[in-house]
Amino acid sequence: MNPGKILLVEDNPDDVALTIRALKSHNITNDVTVAADGVEALDYLFGTADKPGVTELPAVVLLDLKLPKVSGLEVLERIRREERTRMLPVVILTSSDEENDLIGVYRLGANSYVRKPVDFVEFTQAAKQLGLYWLLMNQAPPVPRRP
Amino acid sequence: MSLRDWPIRRKLTVMLLSISGLVLLLTSAAFVGYQYWSYRRTLRDMMTLRGRILAANSTASLAFANAADATEILSALKADPHMLAAALYDKDGRLFATYPANPPHDVLPAALEPDGYRFERGLLVGFQPVAEGEGQRLGTVYIASDLGVLSAALRLSAVTALAVMAVALLAAYLLSRTLQETIAQPILTLADTARAVSTHQDYAVRAPQGGADELGALTDAFNQMLSRIEEQNRELKGYATGLEQRVGERTHELEERNEALRRNAAELVVANQELDAFAYSVSHDLRAPLRSIDGFSQVLLEDAGAQLDEGGRDALRRVRAATQRMGTLIDDLLKLARITRVEMRAEVVDLSGMARDIVNEIQRGAPREVDVAIAPDLTARGDAPLLRVALENLLRNGWKYTAKQPHPRIEFSSVQANGERAFMVRDNGAGFDMKYANKLFGVFQRLHSAAEFEGTGVGLATVRRIITRHGGRIWAEAAVGQGATFYFTL
Repeated sequence: MNPGKILLVEDNPDDVALTIRALKSHNITNDVTVAADGVEALDYLFGTADKPGVTELPAVVLLDLKLPKVSGLEVLERIRREERTRMLPVVILTSSDEENDLIGVYRLGANSYVRKPVDFVEFTQAAKQLGLYWLLMNQAPPVPRRP
Repeated sequence: MSLRDWPIRRKLTVMLLSISGLVLLLTSAAFVGYQYWSYRRTLRDMMTLRGRILAANSTASLAFANAADATEILSALKADPHMLAAALYDKDGRLFATYPANPPHDVLPAALEPDGYRFERGLLVGFQPVAEGEGQRLGTVYIASDLGVLSAALRLSAVTALAVMAVALLAAYLLSRTLQETIAQPILTLADTARAVSTHQDYAVRAPQGGADELGALTDAFNQMLSRIEEQNRELKGYATGLEQRVGERTHELEERNEALRRNAAELVVANQELDAFAYSVSHDLRAPLRSIDGFSQVLLEDAGAQLDEGGRDALRRVRAATQRMGTLIDDLLKLARITRVEMRAEVVDLSGMARDIVNEIQRGAPREVDVAIAPDLTARGDAPLLRVALENLLRNGWKYTAKQPHPRIEFSSVQANGERAFMVRDNGAGFDMKYANKLFGVFQRLHSAAEFEGTGVGLATVRRIITRHGGRIWAEAAVGQGATFYFTL
């Protein structure tokens, strides 16, 4: 399988477990890095004072919207603002289908919006489709050279 | 200034003076006339007497034809300067003697005239027969006098009359000035009062009371009228004050109500914001645990299903079914909330076309043989997305409740109900008991069990909310097993 990594930004450990299980059950065995809130996600991507950001960007970011500290919307806004991550594929994976959320994320340049179904079988199907599409079918943007 | 516009004092004075002047004039004229006539008679009587004396004295002179004697007798007339001339004629009419010796030519008559005394040629003349005994005529005496005495007497009486008239008119003028006061003064006072009332709108003033005559009655009536007006004015002012007070009270009430409305509106804005936040929270947070329950139940079934007996596996499946049902409930509730919050945009909507689209969509999702009749050209003004939600709910209901019907039929058309146009969705499905019609449009109210017909009980509540937001009404008619008809107006 494609060696591209997945960054899963999700604060609910149940959802983390179920998402990973759904992905695995369809043989999507790529590395999944989990960030439990917006701050962790930003630290992972852009680094902190002590630690530099990740050298190799993930193939796709699965981003929840309702997160503690820094919201998914703010994370997306930062990703789109930074030159390095401007073209990084970001898929919103969240509970709500509120119109305001949809408008907000698409306006900020989200690549896709998937609402997590309650039915776990459906959710597994969705995860499979997402993995197949973003990790296998989608041509990732060229990796920008570091300055 | 015409006579009409004269002040009443002048009118009265002029009237009194005119009347007394006329009376005086007539009286004086009668007096002078009478004097004149009476003087003339006296004058003629005196001439007659003088003629007779002359005639008597001249008898001898004529009988003896003594001219000198006759001239002397005639010359006795010179004592009276008014006697202009006299003449004695014999029985044949020949001039015998004259006075004066050569009388002015125009004073003597051209010929003898009949006997008698008369005024002619501005003179008083007389012809007196001279006779001796009975019927023995000897001749004629002629005498002529001027009218100096008459004109002097006439002048005197005219002067007297004028003097009396002047004094009388003066007296009348002075008297009229006093008398007219009794009539003019009350009228003038009344006029002044009326002017004061009309100028200052002061109905409290009163005209001073006069006598018991017509003017007194007029003053009384005028004062009574003023009293009435004053009273009515006071009443009117009372009404006006009351009215102002009422208007003030009403205005105050309105302001209070406006304030309450403003507060309500502000509260509503806050409530809407809270509802938004609530819906957002429900949407995100309430579904997450459901996903965990369903997800891990499935994990359990997949990973440990073999270790469970059929009862255990069935329990887990029931847990999952209930969880998913709760998910659907939450989604429907959120949709209902969204119907309330979403902004409406009015446009003309082709309901017939919309109904056809919806039916095609339902048919694709759950293919069945249903006789669908949609009336053409049904249009309404409203928000297209919301009306679509409403129509879809009604048609899906029809579709759902005719599932057990051998010849299912759904109809969408319009009818006239109570003078307004109502749209109608009718099916020949399960129907319901009208006893429960009041529960039909309540949230989570269902008239059928989930085992009979599945559903969450939010659909018709959503429809009613949409119709209400459009300012319309919705109602239903049905009977168990006879189908249901939903009417709505927009």
